[in-house]
Amino acid sequence: MTTPPSSSPPPLRSSGEQLVGDPDRHVAGLFEYVLGLADDALVSAQRTGWWISRAPQLEEDVALANIGLDQLGQARALLAHAGAVEGAGRTEDDLAYLRDEREFRNVWLVERQQRDFGVAMARLLVLSAWQAELYAALARSTDPALAAVAGKAVKEVAYHLDHAGHWVLRLGDGTEESHRRMQAAVDAEWPYVEELFTPVDPTLVASGVAVDPAALRPAVLHAVGSVVRRATLTVPEVAPARGGGRQGLHTEELGYLLAEMQHLHRSHPGATW
Amino acid sequence: MRDWPLWEVFVRSRRGLSHVHVGSLHAPDAELALRNARDVYTRRQEGVSLWVVPSAEIVASEPGQSDAFFDPAADKIYRHPTFYDIPEGVEHL
Repeated sequence: MTTPPSSSPPPLRSSGEQLVGDPDRHVAGLFEYVLGLADDALVSAQRTGWWISRAPQLEEDVALANIGLDQLGQARALLAHAGAVEGAGRTEDDLAYLRDEREFRNVWLVERQQRDFGVAMARLLVLSAWQAELYAALARSTDPALAAVAGKAVKEVAYHLDHAGHWVLRLGDGTEESHRRMQAAVDAEWPYVEELFTPVDPTLVASGVAVDPAALRPAVLHAVGSVVRRATLTVPEVAPARGGGRQGLHTEELGYLLAEMQHLHRSHPGATW
Repeated sequence: MRDWPLWEVFVRSRRGLSHVHVGSLHAPDAELALRNARDVYTRRQEGVSLWVVPSAEIVASEPGQSDAFFDPAADKIYRHPTFYDIPEGVEHL
């Protein structure tokens, strides 16, 4: 990641003073914040797209394609904004296709394979419950671009949450087999919930640009937990995964995803259709 | 999932128009049928309202009976209002 070159040498200051009122630091913090939200949406869109032609029914293929495309739309708007914030001339495509794994800022929740439909629905339930709270709050951000993206996305993720919730209810409260597999899926995804609440740059929260992730925690856990319980499932008690996606530390699975997602653009720079 | 029932989908394209049959889909129950209909049939802004009806609940006329059902109406042109001349001096008609 690069920061824009500053025209004059930075003034002398203590490390404490750097926490507030430093424009370069503000830019870097905002860039990282927007990139995190963008990468969550982008990587989730790519994973969701895997289901097209593989869902239980043609109707679900289309539903998941719609959801993936909603996420891709959010990612595009956020990446474009991140590029503008950074001010180094990087476009949404540059950011999506030309960054390596360690430069991605998405959480681990979205990057792992999801080849079990129950896992896909458990993950979508968690992700969309979190995004629903996040975007609702971000719609009041003091950053107008963030507020605009969030204001549009909040309607989209409300539908994603509805869709995932209906499936978790039906599978959890379905047959003995579907109940067992849905519980296994919730158990598999639960360690990745906590990373969503990783603290962000406090100056961004203080200036009303970003939402404090910790403030979203009760509402998100309540939304997910109430669906899980209504589905006759149990909220697991598991230790959180190590995480670190917001610092660029990822599971090995992200590399394979990026190889597939970026291959065409890197092999044929500037390719369009 | 192969035994998911079939549902008929009706879309109202805008306020003031009737719901029109657009096709069918499979879904395990009514709530998901409605959502599948939203995803399959309104993803290009085709509608503002949706109905889904279990296909099995629709009672349809038989193609083999169409002669008996529909042909007798063919020569009853006096059932159209245009068959009649409006007498002179009649208002509000």
